[in-house]
Amino acid sequence: MSSAAGSAPWDLFGYFADHRAEVLDLLWAHTWLSVLPVVIGLLVALPIGWLARRYRWAYPPVVSVSGLLYTIPSLALFVVMPTLLGTQILDPLNVVAALTLYTVALLVRVVADGLAAVPEDAVQAATAMGFTRLQRLRTVELPLAVPVIAAGLRVAMVANVSLVAIAATIGIPQLGQLFITGFQLSVTGPYYPPIVLGIVLSVALALLLDRSIVLGARLITPWQRVSAAR
Amino acid sequence: MIRFDAVSKAYPDGTVAVDELSLTAPSGQITVLVGPSGCGKTTSLRMVNRMVEPTSGTITIDDRDVTSVSATDLRRGIGYVIQHAGLFPHRTVVDNVATVPLLTGTGRRQARRRAIELMELVGLPASFADRYPAQLSGGQQQRVGVARALAADPPVMLMDEPFSAVDPVVRDQLQQEFLRLQGELGKTILFVTHDIDEAITLGDRVAVLAVGGRLAQVAAPADLLATPADPFVAEFVGRDRGYRALGFISAEVAVATEPTVALGAPVARAHDVAVDDWVLVVDDGQLPQGWLHLRAHPDGGPGPAPGDPVTPDLLNLGGTLSALGGTLREALDAALSSPSGRGVVVDEDGRLIGSVRAGTVLEHLHAATADPSAQVRP
Amino acid sequence: MNDVLLWLNDPQNWTGTRVTPGIVEQASAHLAYTAIALSIAGVIAFPLGLVLGHTGRASWLVSVANGLRALPTVGLLILLYVMVSPLISGRGDAVYLVPTEIALVLLALPAILANTYAGVRNVSPDARDAARGMGMTGRQVLFRVELPNALPLVFSGLRSAALQVIATATIAAYVGLGGLGRYVYDGLASRDFGQMAGGAVLVAALALLVDLALSLLQRATVSRGVSGRFSRRSTRDSRSAAVTVVRPEPPRGGPDGGPRPGQATTPAAALTPSGEHPSG
Repeated sequence: MSSAAGSAPWDLFGYFADHRAEVLDLLWAHTWLSVLPVVIGLLVALPIGWLARRYRWAYPPVVSVSGLLYTIPSLALFVVMPTLLGTQILDPLNVVAALTLYTVALLVRVVADGLAAVPEDAVQAATAMGFTRLQRLRTVELPLAVPVIAAGLRVAMVANVSLVAIAATIGIPQLGQLFITGFQLSVTGPYYPPIVLGIVLSVALALLLDRSIVLGARLITPWQRVSAAR
Repeated sequence: MIRFDAVSKAYPDGTVAVDELSLTAPSGQITVLVGPSGCGKTTSLRMVNRMVEPTSGTITIDDRDVTSVSATDLRRGIGYVIQHAGLFPHRTVVDNVATVPLLTGTGRRQARRRAIELMELVGLPASFADRYPAQLSGGQQQRVGVARALAADPPVMLMDEPFSAVDPVVRDQLQQEFLRLQGELGKTILFVTHDIDEAITLGDRVAVLAVGGRLAQVAAPADLLATPADPFVAEFVGRDRGYRALGFISAEVAVATEPTVALGAPVARAHDVAVDDWVLVVDDGQLPQGWLHLRAHPDGGPGPAPGDPVTPDLLNLGGTLSALGGTLREALDAALSSPSGRGVVVDEDGRLIGSVRAGTVLEHLHAATADPSAQVRP
Repeated sequence: MNDVLLWLNDPQNWTGTRVTPGIVEQASAHLAYTAIALSIAGVIAFPLGLVLGHTGRASWLVSVANGLRALPTVGLLILLYVMVSPLISGRGDAVYLVPTEIALVLLALPAILANTYAGVRNVSPDARDAARGMGMTGRQVLFRVELPNALPLVFSGLRSAALQVIATATIAAYVGLGGLGRYVYDGLASRDFGQMAGGAVLVAALALLVDLALSLLQRATVSRGVSGRFSRRSTRDSRSAAVTVVRPEPPRGGPDGGPRPGQATTPAAALTPSGEHPSG
């Protein structure tokens, strides 16, 4: 195994060995920049999605606005965020805010559709047994909507891991920084290791986070396993 | 005429869907394939237009092997109706109906004109022509499906559970209209259903298939009910087949005169004519309105005073009507459902003719079964 | 905010000078990059999706294409640039354009392929069965029944691909390509905030316009029977009107990074969200 001198794609291991601390820092930054928007986005989207389900007239505008938000390229959103938030251009908060917006836009509709997909029988039964609206939401509707919401979370998560990297082109460090480094070191000839390492780590992170959502959803919905096994 | 000659269908995994089926569906008649799920009835039907290719055996239509022409040409000459209609969502009703004529090169204008005629034939207003399938109810969609199958005027029609997905009331209506249509068109129809009642209502001949694709019995509906060939058929045609078989015996039962009182007349007049506590009430046109009980009010309490007029709220509306010349089943049902025990018999305009008792119906039944010539199709 | 308006209001920024191209020129270039990538991806993915969907074979190809979506777009772009640009000799933009277009095509392929495939697979089996039973050939079934009914999903794939390509073409300015992304990176480098944010606003506007244009094209090509847009008058007296009006909005594509809510990401998931067939 060669050291950092190698420039072939498979020298990513050597590159990692030589820049271990720096790469791990970038990986950590990438992780929280991807995960935090999903967590905040879910917390914001739940009540809005519930409202869009509860009051039918609210659904079409919610869908339109979220669709509109989703057409805006992320780089544009990263760059405009400082104007809206009063932050510095290099503040990671811009990325978190922009990705949170995307996540909310995506999840609001997912939550509304997920709640709409809860079997009417179950809701009626809960109502008939004297659940209050809040009890019914917490103990019947939300748990039954988990599979749909989890599917939406997975889409948001994987999308965020890819989108975060874009912020490196405007100078906010995370795994995307490895692409920039590789780009800058390639002036005299291709220098692959950091680029390939960045892609590998980014894909691995996306898969890992995706699997954790699947596992988490499975843990809190044991009944799904029963019906799937049959 | 469609003829199955020792037709089998086995799948690579060893499942036998159809086992040595030999069967004839006569021209101009409705032949129903009926059986539980997994009996191969749909597979048999789909082998006729080669949606499924048989493993062995031959199928002929009017003595021509179905494999003698290309599958697409064969199918364009056979009407095909399926359970959920299978309408094309992206085409309007009229374009759906015109599908096959357009495929075979008929001009657009002519195809559309023909399609509108067909829509009217199956009971859809021409104003539906430019609607899309999603704008129609299930029953309406199924009518379009039938019209579409008729568009190329095929001599042979294959119908796979066409009325199974609609609610019972609509199904009843569609069945009756289908019979009327067949009366006009006289197509050779192979009809698949899992519903023995539908088979008996619609079929000129009913073929009962057992699981594994074995043909258990082919017979006219009345014979099927009267003499099931084996325990499977007996079980499949059901417990009340004796009662249902009465639907195939005409009720030329002696009708007794029934004393009546007109609506609005004083109750005292009912007392004059009564033979027991119940008196039949008719309107001015002799149309039966209901039964009046002389000593009890329908809501409980004492009967009406003799001076009161006969009003609708005094009437018991129980009791079905039996048409003169109808079946024994109708007559018996009228007698059994009537509060007085006397079934009301009316003519084709619904006017009262008289009444019949259950005992009379049963006596007639004894006579009819002793003389097989009394059995007729409804 | 004022900087942005000032920059956008300067006519010289729109027409350009002798040395720097104007907004109009950069926007046209941006559109051209997008159109090239979408055309190439469409020519490959659309027929492939149709055939795979029609035959139901080789669905693993769709899964593989979907796997591409987990790739970070910036990484892919820079990797291809570093790989391909040394192979291109010659002058002008080709050295930036060729690798960028390869990356853009790779990004657009999965969305178009997966959605076309899912669109065809999602066609009601009853309609397909009836089409065959009435004597349509395989080709007729595909083009007269499956494709018209698959169009909403095909369009959602195309729109998603278009948005992703527009967004990624913006980032391509980082490696040296033209287009509206130039303003973002040039503004960033020269600390000209107005130019940077102005460029971002223009990119967003371009994305919205393209999406709007495609949605209009979708409206014009998709049968009302499939999209469920019926005129009120003709539906009023239909018994099933109340049942049929509510149709789930067809899934749409997401921004540069990945798929949108409800969008087909795997063949299995793609087959579920079809609208319920009204009957009764």
